[in-house]
Amino acid sequence: MGMSIFLMLGLALVFGTILSVAHRFLHVDEDPRIDTVADMLPGSNCGACGEPGCRAFAEKLVSAAAQPAGCSVSATEQVDEIAAFLGVDAGERVKLVARLHCGGGRGLALNAAEYSGMSTCGAAALVNGGNKACEWGCLGLADCQVACTFDAIQMNERLLPVVHPDLCTACGDCVVACPKDLFTLEPISQPLLVQCKAPTTGEAARAVCTVACDGCGRCVADAGEGVMVMEQGLPVIVQPLLTSRSATFRCPSGAIAWVEGSQFAFEAMEV
Amino acid sequence: MVLIASAPTFSHGVHPADQKARSATEPIGRMPFVREYSVPLRQHIGAASEPIVAVGDIVQRGQLIAKRASFVSTNQHAPVTGRVKAIETRPHPSGVSVRAIVIESDPFSSQQMGASGPRSDQALADSVSDAGIVGMGGAAFPAHVKLSVPEGRTVDTLLMNGCECEPYLTCDHRIMLEHPTAVLEGTAMIQTALGAKASVIGVEQNKSDAADVLRAASKGSVSVAQVAVKYPQGAEKMLIKAVLGREVPVGKLPLDVGVVVHNVGTAFAVHEAVRLGKPLIERVVTVSGPAVSQPRNLWVPIGTPICDLLAFVGLDQLDQYIVISGGPMMGQAQKNLQAPVVKGMSGILVFPAAHQATKEYPCIRCGRCLDACPMFLNPTRLWLLTRNRDIEALNQHHVQACFECGSCSYVCPSHIPLVHAIRMGKKLVREAQV
Amino acid sequence: MKALLLKGAPHLNSERTTAYIMWHVCWALLPAALWGIWSFGLSALSVLVVCVGAACLADFGFTSRFHRLGSLSDGSAVITGLLLGMTLPPSVPLWMAALGSLVAIGLGKHAFGGLGQNLFNPALVGRAFLQAAFPAAMTRWTPPFLSDRFQSFLAGSWTIPFARPQLDAISGATPLGLLKFDHMSSHISDLFLGQTAGCIGETASVLVLTGGAYLALRRMLDWRIPIAVMGSVFVISGVANQLNANYPDGLFMLGSGGLMVGAWFMATDMVTSPVTTGAIWLFGVLIGFLICAIRFWGGLPEGVMYAILIANATVPLLERFTQPKAFGGQP
Repeated sequence: MGMSIFLMLGLALVFGTILSVAHRFLHVDEDPRIDTVADMLPGSNCGACGEPGCRAFAEKLVSAAAQPAGCSVSATEQVDEIAAFLGVDAGERVKLVARLHCGGGRGLALNAAEYSGMSTCGAAALVNGGNKACEWGCLGLADCQVACTFDAIQMNERLLPVVHPDLCTACGDCVVACPKDLFTLEPISQPLLVQCKAPTTGEAARAVCTVACDGCGRCVADAGEGVMVMEQGLPVIVQPLLTSRSATFRCPSGAIAWVEGSQFAFEAMEV
Repeated sequence: MVLIASAPTFSHGVHPADQKARSATEPIGRMPFVREYSVPLRQHIGAASEPIVAVGDIVQRGQLIAKRASFVSTNQHAPVTGRVKAIETRPHPSGVSVRAIVIESDPFSSQQMGASGPRSDQALADSVSDAGIVGMGGAAFPAHVKLSVPEGRTVDTLLMNGCECEPYLTCDHRIMLEHPTAVLEGTAMIQTALGAKASVIGVEQNKSDAADVLRAASKGSVSVAQVAVKYPQGAEKMLIKAVLGREVPVGKLPLDVGVVVHNVGTAFAVHEAVRLGKPLIERVVTVSGPAVSQPRNLWVPIGTPICDLLAFVGLDQLDQYIVISGGPMMGQAQKNLQAPVVKGMSGILVFPAAHQATKEYPCIRCGRCLDACPMFLNPTRLWLLTRNRDIEALNQHHVQACFECGSCSYVCPSHIPLVHAIRMGKKLVREAQV
Repeated sequence: MKALLLKGAPHLNSERTTAYIMWHVCWALLPAALWGIWSFGLSALSVLVVCVGAACLADFGFTSRFHRLGSLSDGSAVITGLLLGMTLPPSVPLWMAALGSLVAIGLGKHAFGGLGQNLFNPALVGRAFLQAAFPAAMTRWTPPFLSDRFQSFLAGSWTIPFARPQLDAISGATPLGLLKFDHMSSHISDLFLGQTAGCIGETASVLVLTGGAYLALRRMLDWRIPIAVMGSVFVISGVANQLNANYPDGLFMLGSGGLMVGAWFMATDMVTSPVTTGAIWLFGVLIGFLICAIRFWGGLPEGVMYAILIANATVPLLERFTQPKAFGGQP
């Protein structure tokens, strides 16, 4: 008994000594502000800032290689707080939000076939490009909803993803997840949006989707000088103005939309 | 259990019922000309061809209408005499619409081919490239690319693939039976072009009549190797293993073991192009499947819409169909029957949707997929790793070695879409590398 | 042309489904189970019925509660119940049998996530639980072919839950028990032809072997596992017997206790056995070695159950080091 107590005490002494020596000689000097800033960041490690995680971004901030506004997840007050703490400029902050370039949900776009198999967009897209008659359209199997770290995406009754603008941090996970590459990150202050990616025109476009862009070009004509151009059957927004809402007025299908807040709504289906 | 001890083969693989009797006995028929043809500018692996005709032009059957855009690309020829109606994006059997030359056929034309005469068999690769020939087995790799040996490499054996291991398909079988001399001559030309010392035609044992015909016609100039009936015996690497006993290393080509593999259908097309000057404007397509009333092989002009082909052979009345381009194991289900027949399409099969096993069970780790995989991969593990998006581990388990034969999904008693998941895994890995 | 269906290739499936395989395993177990009923009578029959019934009930409950894939129709619960019943002594109280089934399905299968997810063979988990909780009832043996076996139940069968079980008037001993504790050997022919005392479904080794061989020939179980188990047991005990005659010889080892059921039906459980070739052989040999080690040097006369459970635990590790070499890959 006495022997074992002595032995344990001896071991404790030996290891304690090793630890204290190690602490003294192997100590790595690190700017203590990194820890503080990392704590002030949201800690979701989403990667929207382009760094592998919040701590890496904190290191960049402390070394002035990045600006606090680069974190799109933090609230404005949080960004200002970090800027004040570090004594730097917060930087310009543009609130981006994920927008879907397709409006062809269930009941609007034609299904050419029924899909049976793994219920993910990625899997469905591998079988003859998915079951929609329009091969560019949203498949509606919610890969983006699954990918979203912030629960900002929910599928509505038309099986279109509704992105909640307040929850969306523009991390870009949905952009990567979508096999049809339908998402882009757009400034929320810019409401003009082309909700179609099909290069087909005329009857070919209208036949498969009621909200398809058929390339009529009215929006480009109405938007004003230099706002939009037509490229490969689709209007492309070059330089949006706040007055360019006129572009949407004569669109026969609603493929070009003026979106403030949420892009799609939860609606009761009229079937 | 039937034990076929003598015929050479590879390890693993599966034995689906071959269902070939339905279409193998009848001679190849001819699909009549229809109203409209859509010739996609991309029917092959590689760059899209560039059109050299304009809308409104009158084209003659066999006339060059699009030129190859780079070395790995092919020429396209008019399958029919008529007028170019449009050059626009059209459905394609791959599911990805591509630009196509749409030709409205002339109903009063005799559909004679334009005179071009025999081509040179000296510069075979050029002649084959002129004629727009691609590998006829399904992958549709431009054939001329595989007719020239890169500098510093040698090919000792030309292996002709007459296995046709996919169930239902019999187009290669009929070509070997009906045109043995053409196949053999084409083979001889390819062998000369490659400078190969020997050529071997590999034929599965369920086509022994074709093997006999070829043997008799060849008089010993080409050896005919009968291989066991097993899927996927017609995969390049499996056939090389069975016939020559060589193992193509992971990520390498048959060329790396001194072998080039061509399909027998390609040999036939090469012969036609060189001796008769006929470009690749039509091919033999097996139209079969449980829902087809008269399964048969047909000469079908490239660009014929699939729906017209199906209307010609007649379908059973069903609520829901699966239309497959290619064989039932690797072929792709079609969503748009306006899509045309393309150069690499060996069959159109129609299955009643009710035949399909859809209820999925949990994996019970029976290990059948491991015993089926001809590449000796671990499909159940790859399936799991894909679900977990573990790209590093997918690479470690050689996910890219999978050539998607579907044997694992075929044997899975729980009906897990293993190969579908592995295709997703391969895509994940590819995207991660970019 | 009406509606089209899109589905990933391949469009053909082998006719072997999970349910088809599972039910065939059940049929293959039946001869040995029927022999158990024939030799031990009413009590054996009721143990089997209770086990299968309780297993099905429990599986149905857990499956619907947790919305798991799989159902009673796939036969996996029946196999678990049947296997558990076959490895219990005929006189085991029926309430214990039911409890064992519940533990087997609940703890052995659904606690891990249901069909296909479990690390340990569920039937053996149930049996191990009973062995640990009720050692006395689990080691009380009945001699076969009692004259009144179809007229009356054995004394233990209808014991009230948690009451002290009544003792049987007549009790027997298993060949392994006789060897271990009394140093008495049994006739090899008795062992193989089911003439000894023992668990309900384990006495008639020949019938177990027949069922297993049927499945192996129809490729519904992996023949390599039983061959590896039996081969290693035979070799190890043969060598041991040559060195020291106190150790039993190979044939006795193969015919006695639960070895046949274990080798053919428990070790081969697809979910808990390895899938890679190398691991399959290692797994079988490991079980054989563990059986010999426990039987020779352990405190218990029988070791098949623990041998398989321990080997089950090594499966992920074995597979990790035996991933197949890809065709044309570097060794």
